[in-house]
Amino acid sequence: MRFNEAWLREWVNPAIDTDTLVQQLTMAGLEVDAVEPAAPAFTGVVVGQVESCEPHPDADKLSVCQVTNGTDTVQVVCGASNVRVGLKMPFAQVGAVLPGDFKIKKAKLRGQESNGMLCGASELGLEDLIDGLMELPEDAPVGTDFRDYLSLDDTVIEVDLTPNRADCLSLRGIAREVGVMNQTALTEASISKVAPAIDDSLTVTLADSAGCPRYLGRVIKGVDVNAATPLWMVERLRRAGLRTIDPIVDVTNYVLVELGQPLHAFDLAKLNGGITVRKAKAEETLTTLDDQELTLRDDTLVIADDSTALALAGVMGGKPSSVTTDTQDIFLECAFFAPLAIAGKARSYGLHTDSSHRFERGVDPQLQNDAIEYATALIQKIAGGQAGPVTEAVDQAQLPKQAELTLRAERIEGLLGMGLPAQQVEDILSRLGMDISAKGEGEEWRVLAPSWRFDMAIEQDLIEELARIYGYEKLPSRVPAGSPSGDTVPEHIVALRRLADTLMDRGYQEAITYTFVEPGLLSKVEPRVEPLPLLNPISMDLGVMRTTLLAGLFSTARHNLNRQADRLRLFETGLRFVPTDAADVEGGLAQTPMIAGLLYGSAQPQNWEGKRPVDFFDLKGDVEALLALSDADAFSFEPAEHPALHPGQTAALKRDGEIVGYLGRIHPRLAADLDLPGQLYAFELAQAPLQQGILPSFQSVSDQPRMRRDLAFVVEDSIPAGELIAAVRSTCDERLTGVNIFDIYQGDSIGENRKSLALGLTFQDRSRTLKDQEVNDLVDAVVSQLKQQFNAALRD
Amino acid sequence: MENLNALVDAALVEVEQAGDIRALDDVRVKYLGKKGEISALMKGLGKLSAEERPQAGAVINEGKQKVQDAIAERKSSMEEAALKQQLASETVDVTLPGRGELPGGLHPVNRMRRRIEDFFLRLGFDISEGPEVEDDFHNFEALNIPGHHPARAMHDTFYFGDGRLLRTHTSPVQVRVMEQGKPPFRIIAPGRVYRCDSDLTHTPMFHQVEGLLVDKGITFADLRGTVAEFLRYTFEVEDLPVRFRPSYFPFTEPSAEVDVGCVSCGGEGCRVCSHTGWIEIMGCGMVHPKVLEAGGVDAEEYSGFAFGMGIERIAMLRYGVNDLRLFFENDTRFLSQFG
Repeated sequence: MRFNEAWLREWVNPAIDTDTLVQQLTMAGLEVDAVEPAAPAFTGVVVGQVESCEPHPDADKLSVCQVTNGTDTVQVVCGASNVRVGLKMPFAQVGAVLPGDFKIKKAKLRGQESNGMLCGASELGLEDLIDGLMELPEDAPVGTDFRDYLSLDDTVIEVDLTPNRADCLSLRGIAREVGVMNQTALTEASISKVAPAIDDSLTVTLADSAGCPRYLGRVIKGVDVNAATPLWMVERLRRAGLRTIDPIVDVTNYVLVELGQPLHAFDLAKLNGGITVRKAKAEETLTTLDDQELTLRDDTLVIADDSTALALAGVMGGKPSSVTTDTQDIFLECAFFAPLAIAGKARSYGLHTDSSHRFERGVDPQLQNDAIEYATALIQKIAGGQAGPVTEAVDQAQLPKQAELTLRAERIEGLLGMGLPAQQVEDILSRLGMDISAKGEGEEWRVLAPSWRFDMAIEQDLIEELARIYGYEKLPSRVPAGSPSGDTVPEHIVALRRLADTLMDRGYQEAITYTFVEPGLLSKVEPRVEPLPLLNPISMDLGVMRTTLLAGLFSTARHNLNRQADRLRLFETGLRFVPTDAADVEGGLAQTPMIAGLLYGSAQPQNWEGKRPVDFFDLKGDVEALLALSDADAFSFEPAEHPALHPGQTAALKRDGEIVGYLGRIHPRLAADLDLPGQLYAFELAQAPLQQGILPSFQSVSDQPRMRRDLAFVVEDSIPAGELIAAVRSTCDERLTGVNIFDIYQGDSIGENRKSLALGLTFQDRSRTLKDQEVNDLVDAVVSQLKQQFNAALRD
Repeated sequence: MENLNALVDAALVEVEQAGDIRALDDVRVKYLGKKGEISALMKGLGKLSAEERPQAGAVINEGKQKVQDAIAERKSSMEEAALKQQLASETVDVTLPGRGELPGGLHPVNRMRRRIEDFFLRLGFDISEGPEVEDDFHNFEALNIPGHHPARAMHDTFYFGDGRLLRTHTSPVQVRVMEQGKPPFRIIAPGRVYRCDSDLTHTPMFHQVEGLLVDKGITFADLRGTVAEFLRYTFEVEDLPVRFRPSYFPFTEPSAEVDVGCVSCGGEGCRVCSHTGWIEIMGCGMVHPKVLEAGGVDAEEYSGFAFGMGIERIAMLRYGVNDLRLFFENDTRFLSQFG
């Protein structure tokens, strides 16, 4: 909502300056977005008049004029096509300074002396790109300073209104607020009924009175559409951000801005029979004022005559029935459309108008009679014409009722943390136009909200009004007494922060990538899952919900590698979205918190010792560090396949047989596809299994000596070391306290496709010293078990 | 006795000339060993008279001591030199960089998120999370935003076409928490939210933190106090100006927009605050009775406040980031500045 301060002050004029006014509006919930001068700074411009005008002897498009400022007459060369004898226009005299610090000096144009400049509106910063001189009315007093003449030392205020304050989408609404805050009375626009001079009228039928409970119409004949809109009105409209069109449109816009009532004028000659407000027929078409050909849906309210839809109700008029320069007679519409009937309709047709903006949010349902009279009087004043009687069609039952609410004093205190004296409550509410009747000794009130405060629906709305007018800043403030809520995190749970911190301490940098990704990329990384597509993505490359965090990390890697990064350690946490048929998943979509990481480059930050590139076991070491936070023994790694990963360097991480996630090297084909290096490693794991830690349980420390036996086994290349170790563990009892692999060897001496694994076995009994023979027995059992299970031979 | 003096002199010369510990030991054996030349003189004492013997013995011992001292001194200096040489050979260039991994870092949004969480955890709030693919009920209906509501247009929602959508704010977590428990509630809900908007100052995904406190006797005063304390903590400005302006959200009544004095210019007016001296930082209000009812809470018995803020905005102000889009480019040269 844009308006100029001078106009507002005609309505309400408290003794406060502009800054205070702006501050007041903002603090009352009418947030001021901009405060601008009505015109940019300029000086030395007066109302001038052309006394004579001759063609320039040496230039086709220039004229040589004698121009008076009321006392002196000087020669000015002018290039505008509308310059003529008798014309009054803004005249920048020698010494004037125009916007942009443009100084007007004495000059010669093609040999002719020029003492000043005749101005167009755009040169004075009033309009953009309007050619020609700004023509002033004949009664403009020559010699008057132009700023004074147009009252340009004025301020334009733009208020950003919240959707509930539709009552302030008018100058009158803003004025009411300013009046309430300053306890200043309003000077209402004087509105009186225009007595009909003719009998002409159209019938009005409400075929959908829920959508349009009130419709007023009036015929005005013999209007001069080509009359000039008075400058004061043009200027107010301009300051409100509206361009002058013709007197009829200008008046409807003026009433819209001043009173908040949208109106529409039809060319009477183009109407066929009476007016019906009805729902559009399916596939009915309408060409709107802005030349769009719309095919209407049957949920859309239209204004129609006997043959066709004329206008999109409350949104925009139609082109064929619009007022043009040839129009003689008009039919003026002033209606109340229900917000529900208009809401979303303009948007659904790609339209947004001042009218739809207001009707969607709500217009005062009692405003239409005043507005049509006011508009009629203004039209007659400017364009003449004879008005017929007002035809009103109304369905009272469908009109919104004024809200009647109960307000309890105890509730005021309960919500605001302070009570207000009954007198103050009544004072504020009545200033807001509410009718109040008290029940008891200031304990409860019945409140009837005015017709324009249709946002009042519940008791809390009234309390907010009290707080707003009393001043939020004066309300008390305290920190609520702390009482921790019941839920606490169990001790055995490993916080996500701990997982993230571990990765960070191992050099990983956290990334946050978009959860919607490019479908093509995703289908390469995770082709097995059909992702959930967005209906209205911001762009195609953000078209589907990620089914894996790897897609975002791969893109991030590419972004950074393209910018000369030579080493990457990245991780991200967040949801992945996997459509599923599983019955226990809400909405058929598993939204699972994941943690994913990516590794590339040298194993350590570059140093002076030469560098080793990362490999699978660096990645696995990082994953193992995460597992160590919860219960490392509960997890197992198994060779696995994943479409994004190298089939020979991929492991599935399992906990209790359930897959937690995958880790591995990027598949060379995918790497080539994504223009990524092949030595890139990544993991993606579900968070929840990593967070299930264990509560420590003390075991006494044994001082008994440990015995270690080192054994090297030769087995087939393909046998996973993990299985060998698992077999060792299951063969021994708790006297085996540790197994590790301390060497792996492959070479001619042990034969092709074979490897030697050197295992270190540590034995210890909690309560006594083990005898050699006991350990030997255990070792023998291991050797025979591995021989049987894997055909493993002890290496000599 | 001339012999003794000659022997001592010769020994001292040999001590001086010994090149290493071993040669030095040879000198010791040659003169002072059991069969050593000076030791032999001691054996000759027996030939002297009882009167002469002590004096002659003392003279020999003196010579012997002299040689011993010379050997010890020579040995010590040799060891000193050896150690010195060892140390010199073991010297490293301490200005070379150390070996090993340096820590990475948190994304700035999560860095700020942790800070926000820490404040509210101290006040006894729990952290709750909810789904990002939401249904219309939790994102809109239950928050008193029915289908025709103009506030829907302000939300620029991403839809999936089957009634589901990407949550446009973290407020649906309020409803889910209330549905699943019994009051009192004291939670914050941080997380990703989505709006179909992308330009200089909007990204289609960003982060919010929602707060909800529902209990008996909770008033607007509690909201004001909590928010003001939080903002002063966040920006570490003891007397940070905080103002509450009336505003509108369908899910709170009364509602407020919260401004802080511009942390960039201190309220003088600058580019960051559009020369107003104030920066809009969050929305908040008293939970609307319809929302309490949607969550199964008796609005006559309980009241509560809720607030919501954008983490990126606070992080930008706090760390001086001047372009929102940097947060999601994930350029490590940017990210690594917040470790």
